[in-house]
Amino acid sequence: MNKEIIKGLKTAIPVALGYIPIGLAFGVLSSQQGLSYIDVFFMSLLVYAGSAQFIASAMLVSGSAYIAIIITTFLVNLRHLLMSASLSPFLKHISTPLLTLISMGITDETYAAGYSEAASGKATPKFYLGLNGLSQSSWIISTVAGNILGSHITNPEKWGLDFALPAMFIGLLFMQLKNRKDIAVAFASGILSVVFAFIMNNNFNIIAATVIAASIGVCLDK
Amino acid sequence: MKQEIFYLILGMSIVTQLPRILPLIILTRISLPPLVTKWLKHIPAAVLSALLLPALLLPGGRLSLSADNTALLSSIPCMLVAVKTKNLFLTVLTGIVFSALLQIFIS
Repeated sequence: MNKEIIKGLKTAIPVALGYIPIGLAFGVLSSQQGLSYIDVFFMSLLVYAGSAQFIASAMLVSGSAYIAIIITTFLVNLRHLLMSASLSPFLKHISTPLLTLISMGITDETYAAGYSEAASGKATPKFYLGLNGLSQSSWIISTVAGNILGSHITNPEKWGLDFALPAMFIGLLFMQLKNRKDIAVAFASGILSVVFAFIMNNNFNIIAATVIAASIGVCLDK
Repeated sequence: MKQEIFYLILGMSIVTQLPRILPLIILTRISLPPLVTKWLKHIPAAVLSALLLPALLLPGGRLSLSADNTALLSSIPCMLVAVKTKNLFLTVLTGIVFSALLQIFIS
């Protein structure tokens, strides 16, 4: 096999392993929440974003409006914008069609795992084929397997699986907290979100809190 | 597959893929206004916290600060592991294991 593909596959191993428990947890919960394995397959293929998939599934079961689910998905995944932007100076040597494909594989984990190779300025499309191919395959297989197993697991709480999503939020959030300003923004957003939850429906509290807290952050920047 | 679910997935796909694709193919030529960049930088921490805190404090939609709130209790070891290791896999695993153990103790 091509050296570059192998390098990509090796880089993907910790990512692919990390996706197994989260993917299984999403799969199990999604089956309790009424999604079929076909729904899950397409979601994992086309959306490929763990936290957004968990949220969408939970919001579906609580009867949220589709537009609220899509806006929340957008906000939750907006962080990819910064990751994509930060990779742009290093990948100028790759053609636009290939860059489009490569960018569709950006997740928190593949970004973190592949960053140093990208920053070397020598990352090749074949490297990304290995990295993104193995990572997304692991995600698709874990989520679909979890969904199929899910019909046999009557109470996912007993296995602690309902905590997989908050646990992932904790992991991702703490990776984001780099200084006191970040902590202040996170604190404000969390409190606002809890308060707004009492006066807003359909998880719009998340959107409102995020927009206000990020604006507070901009004010703190000055 | 229900048709409306497919449209939902398609909508989610579009709003997820565009922020992944556009910066990488455009940003080599155009850069965003600094104020927008600053605002965007605060989005990740803000949205994650806005999702997390209600999940911990409002299980089932009601404020719960008592010892039977397993999500809140499980979050403590989870946060410690997150701070110590900065490893998503270990953080999630810790959360799942503690949450499962607490279920055993409570039931």
